[in-house]
Amino acid sequence: MELYTLIVLTLAATMRVATPLLLAAIAGMFSERSGVVDLGLEGKMLGAAFAAAAVSAATGSAWAGLGAGIGVSVLLALVIAFATVTQRGNQVVAAMAVNIMVAGLGPTLALAWFNLGGQTPQLDGPGQRFTALVWPGADAAGQHPFPGLLYAQLLSGHNLLVYVAAALVPLSAWVLFRTRFGLRLRAVGENPSAVDTAGISVTGLRYQAIVISGVLCGVAGTYLSTAASAGFTRDMTAGKGYLALAALIFGKWKPYPTLGACLLFAFTDALASRLQGVDLPVVGVIPVQAILALPYVLTVLLLAGFVGKAVAPAAIGVPYAKEK
Amino acid sequence: MSAAGKLPRWAELALLPLINLVVALLLSGVVVRLLGESPWTAFKLLASGAIGSQEGIGYTLYYATNFMFTGLAVAVAYHAGLFNIGGEGQAYIGGLGSGLVALWLGDRAPFLVVLPLAILAGAAFGAAWALIPAWLQARCGSHIVITTIMFNFIAASLMTYLLVNVLIKPGQQSPESREFGANAFMPAAHEVLARVGVTFTASPLNLAFVLAVAAAALVWVLVWRTRWGYALRVAGQNQAAAVYAGISPPRIIVQAMLLSGALAGCLGLNELLGSQHRILIDFPGGAGFVGIAVALMGRNHPVGIFASAVLFGALAQGGSQLSFDLPKINRDMVVVIQGLVILFCGALENVFRAPLAGLFSRFGPADAKDAG
Repeated sequence: MELYTLIVLTLAATMRVATPLLLAAIAGMFSERSGVVDLGLEGKMLGAAFAAAAVSAATGSAWAGLGAGIGVSVLLALVIAFATVTQRGNQVVAAMAVNIMVAGLGPTLALAWFNLGGQTPQLDGPGQRFTALVWPGADAAGQHPFPGLLYAQLLSGHNLLVYVAAALVPLSAWVLFRTRFGLRLRAVGENPSAVDTAGISVTGLRYQAIVISGVLCGVAGTYLSTAASAGFTRDMTAGKGYLALAALIFGKWKPYPTLGACLLFAFTDALASRLQGVDLPVVGVIPVQAILALPYVLTVLLLAGFVGKAVAPAAIGVPYAKEK
Repeated sequence: MSAAGKLPRWAELALLPLINLVVALLLSGVVVRLLGESPWTAFKLLASGAIGSQEGIGYTLYYATNFMFTGLAVAVAYHAGLFNIGGEGQAYIGGLGSGLVALWLGDRAPFLVVLPLAILAGAAFGAAWALIPAWLQARCGSHIVITTIMFNFIAASLMTYLLVNVLIKPGQQSPESREFGANAFMPAAHEVLARVGVTFTASPLNLAFVLAVAAAALVWVLVWRTRWGYALRVAGQNQAAAVYAGISPPRIIVQAMLLSGALAGCLGLNELLGSQHRILIDFPGGAGFVGIAVALMGRNHPVGIFASAVLFGALAQGGSQLSFDLPKINRDMVVVIQGLVILFCGALENVFRAPLAGLFSRFGPADAKDAG
């Protein structure tokens, strides 16, 4: 019974940790399927996290924060799109530039506007955060271990953005593999000149994909600063954008396997937090730094051998130059 | 590069980076204005902080030393067609190697014994930290960007663990090692200059600056004047051609990354042996990422890297002066400027190339006309 409750609570934590990873990974899926490497996930998320927390602190509305988060993230995405699609610049360099710029800009603006040493104010007013939605009867159902506790902890009790992320998996699978737009998007990532020959704008498609990525990263960043925590702190993405990209590669650029990869990363994370300070048989107490490093080590291990053949979109990373 | 038109060599190597830099600085000025400070005042403070005094110049060159090591690391990998974002972690672990030698021998061996061992250990530790991402790239391909980033995070966790639990000086709160023995201190520039009769204000500038310049010369010889360097550049430009020429790209990838990690690993010689005299948390302080900007701005050539490292050293030193004098600006502003420089010198470099090429073909000398 005790163990059962612990497992259910760990799974619930897994869902919450997986949400920003999943949002960012699906964001990256659109961009990379169109042939543009999306290392900028990290910077777009961080920028959105700052904007959402700052606007929510100023206006008292988490929804205004979400709007600002998406707005800033899309703006950063457009910078990357202009540099990589219009100017045909190096995609990795453009993304790293945005990541580094945002890492400095967030704390700089936070200091100038709020004077709290590079953070935004604590979001504790009503409506400033996306808080858990309790489904009807969840409190009562939580008293019964099975299936009540599952209903109360896994289905109910998450904030809106968690459900949005979950809904995005089937939605993006449908868009990418069942619509005309999705077909063209995948084609432009595999063979842009064929798409061009068919009279469809490569530039237009890639811009659309990058903007979609910006919107989703905006939601992911907003989640970090207004749902998972109560405000923006320096470097609060802590590599989640890169982890999301690794999950995308591990998921072979497909929605459901990517969901699985995100859940795996998140489960490791949630499990590790539970193990913190616990005296385990054989290994003893695991140092906290080892726990913190676990997702990164896992990423390297997964990329090293367990991916099998992960075949990236053929035209990824290559700027498209239309023949004159 | 292709359709955008050709530029004369001096414009390609000096004018275009300069224009990109100026635009990046202008945009930084816009940010400063947004923060409610005057961009002109900020610029004057920055310049006077960086080069307005002997102490400022010392600090500028001291920071430049770090950036030369990490910039060279990025450049060597770049010539092999690799993007090494792991300079930060390689510098961190490399510094551990140099620091361990200094802790071990600093009070029982002469400096001339400690120095070569500290260099070797720093290079070896840095190279070792680059080895796994390199090997994975050579074997599976195309994920080196992500694996080197992951190794930055892993290095940070590992070093925190070592400093908190193993290397910490007993009875001390902050996670730092004990101070090195005096024989492991790099000779400071002002002491060396005083010995030859030149007075220079005290600053952390030290012998490692000379080592960094030597490393730049070494990289130039290796990459442009040896058979190995030729193989490196061929593999970086065209893998298929390399295979036809009997060059093994996987082998070159691993070798280039080892050299790259070794160069980044030398950062500890300047930062730890030269200035801090102990191992402490996060001593690379983002220099690994600045190295990306330095290499891009310096066109991945040792001479360019030297110049842009000094420029970024001035930015770092001037930026800390700025955060002292203007309450609304902190050191993160320097990171913003670095990001903008990477954006304009790296990703957006074609923006001004076409108009510039147009100007040259209209007004320039005949040879530029032919090229355009």
